[in-house]
Amino acid sequence: MAAVTVLEAIRRTLDEAMAADDRVFIIGEDVEAGGVFRATDGLKAKYPERMIDSPLAESSIIGISIGAAHYGLRPIAEIQFADYMHSGFDQLCSEASRWSYRTNGEASLPMVVRTPWGGGVHGGQHHSQSIEAYYTHMPGLKVVAPAFPADYASLLKASIADLNPVLFLEHKRTYRLIKQELEGAPAETRIGHARVTRPGKDLTIIAYGLMLHESLAAAEELANEGLDCMVVDLLTLLPLDRETILESAKATGKVLVVHEDTLTSGLGGEISALIAEHAFEYLDAPIRRLAGPDIPPMPYHHAMESFFMPDRTKIAAAARELAAY
Amino acid sequence: MTTAKARRPRSRQPIEDYLLSEHQLEEMYYFMLLARRLNERMLALNRQGRAAFVIAGAGQEAAQVGAAMALKRGSDYLVPYYRDLGMNLVLGMTAREAMLNLLGKRDDPNSHGRQMPSHWGNTERRIVNGSSVVATQLLHATGIALAAKMQKDPIVVLTCCGEGGTSKGDFHESLNFAAIHKLPVIFYVQNNGYAISESTAKEMPVPNVADRARGYAMQSAMVDGMDCIAVYQTVRPAVDQARRGGGPYLIEAKCYRLWGHSSDDDDSRYRPKAELEEWIKKDPLTLFRGRVENDGIFPKEDLDEIEHRVDEEVREAVQWALMQPDPTPEDALGFVYREVE
Repeated sequence: MAAVTVLEAIRRTLDEAMAADDRVFIIGEDVEAGGVFRATDGLKAKYPERMIDSPLAESSIIGISIGAAHYGLRPIAEIQFADYMHSGFDQLCSEASRWSYRTNGEASLPMVVRTPWGGGVHGGQHHSQSIEAYYTHMPGLKVVAPAFPADYASLLKASIADLNPVLFLEHKRTYRLIKQELEGAPAETRIGHARVTRPGKDLTIIAYGLMLHESLAAAEELANEGLDCMVVDLLTLLPLDRETILESAKATGKVLVVHEDTLTSGLGGEISALIAEHAFEYLDAPIRRLAGPDIPPMPYHHAMESFFMPDRTKIAAAARELAAY
Repeated sequence: MTTAKARRPRSRQPIEDYLLSEHQLEEMYYFMLLARRLNERMLALNRQGRAAFVIAGAGQEAAQVGAAMALKRGSDYLVPYYRDLGMNLVLGMTAREAMLNLLGKRDDPNSHGRQMPSHWGNTERRIVNGSSVVATQLLHATGIALAAKMQKDPIVVLTCCGEGGTSKGDFHESLNFAAIHKLPVIFYVQNNGYAISESTAKEMPVPNVADRARGYAMQSAMVDGMDCIAVYQTVRPAVDQARRGGGPYLIEAKCYRLWGHSSDDDDSRYRPKAELEEWIKKDPLTLFRGRVENDGIFPKEDLDEIEHRVDEEVREAVQWALMQPDPTPEDALGFVYREVE
């Protein structure tokens, strides 16, 4: 079986979900024509009644999905770029994330919001951003950010089956960059579970999305220098897999958290605090965060964009410093 | 039901000019009165320090009861806003449940003490829970109507907001989408003249909310929201038409908020006394009673009996609700996620 891209894994999973359950439908901008990244290519022809082009109004895409999910359908909303998500913030924060809680568990809300996030594509200020920090601050919502095609497939399937609203983050730089054979890939991933993608004994790198791939590349390079790095793929950003995070921190005693989101109030702060609170005695060095600088993300010009984004070189350098502590 | 005297059975035949039966007219008066008396008791409990917060629908009972009676109870959906006590009563909420809700009791079917009072919701009765943010619910109603249309289910969704909510982007996004897809949803705006202290002149440049329908090629109607019979006669055809696939409707009920915005609001700071006095003359309860009594539909004693029955029901509900268990502190932790179907 040939290796598939992230994009193809998503497209196939959407197709399979729509074939298996006629409650599943897709709503978003340009989805009938296949979407700007072609993630819904070919689905309109197969499921003409269940592909809905929406007006350019993100609050309505999410709010209407809430209503449809409450009715018993399984909407998959596509927000064209994560950067456009925020006009739907109110619908996720004030409504969707509280649906179960405020009905005392009477009402479920089985909906998925898919959106491409992340930089490295010359997307400038409004086609590059990391949005996870805003949305992982909403108990009741689940936030998923895979890295490998097989995980995209299994976590998207799990998100569609979930009874709660799930924000499904797709790193757009990896859409066509990362390929994997789905057969023989690691066992199906469940929401809420992180994975030790690479075992190691000297230090632990925790990452997700594109940064997971950069971290793995850095770990390869460091292995040649005799530094053995564990790499943890978070996969689910809310709720966090505290157990895997703490176990991996305890195993090496040195932790580097990597994300391309800006540093202050980024997810790295939460992970660091978790480790500092619960694994302090196991640490041999201060927890290190490598993240985007605190400037409005992200500048357009290649030189400035590269300056902004963490990459394998910067990760390797940070890991060497941490190992030498 | 504590009346000793057996009540005369009510005919279900429509009465000429009313298009409503004796049975329906009695229901109308009963629900309007129940909503008002409950609200009065709620405010009294607030002033006694027994209830932290009250947000009421006094003055809007006709607008609410008349519209809710146009729905098929148990199959049509209501996506209400926080003043809609009257609508909830029509769709099955009891006086006891309304009081559990006020007091945030453990067994309040709306949110079991998680939300402020009057944030209505009941899955079984097809009343959809909402937040305090205005107009967000209009999109949920639109989504329900979309889903029902996709499933070819012959249901109608009625969703409400005040004229204050019509300033929000979600109002526009809802009407736009519902009109594009010809969805079975009624946008029912209860224009009560005020968004807290702001009169309508500060909220919109057009005289009527209904005027905005033109921008969406949507059908619209305006109705005297103090007249329960007129409200029913306006909403019912719109509901029937939507059920037949005729698309959405924007209906504006012109009514009036007789009380302050909430128990925390002093409306004398901004509302002219003369204006309030004019509207009190049009109190929907007085109007309704006067009309059915003058037309000889119900004799005075029948109407007095309904009043007595409602008073008893409210009194009993308060006594009962005060005795019901509160949530435990740890109940706060439950159901953040729903894991089992």
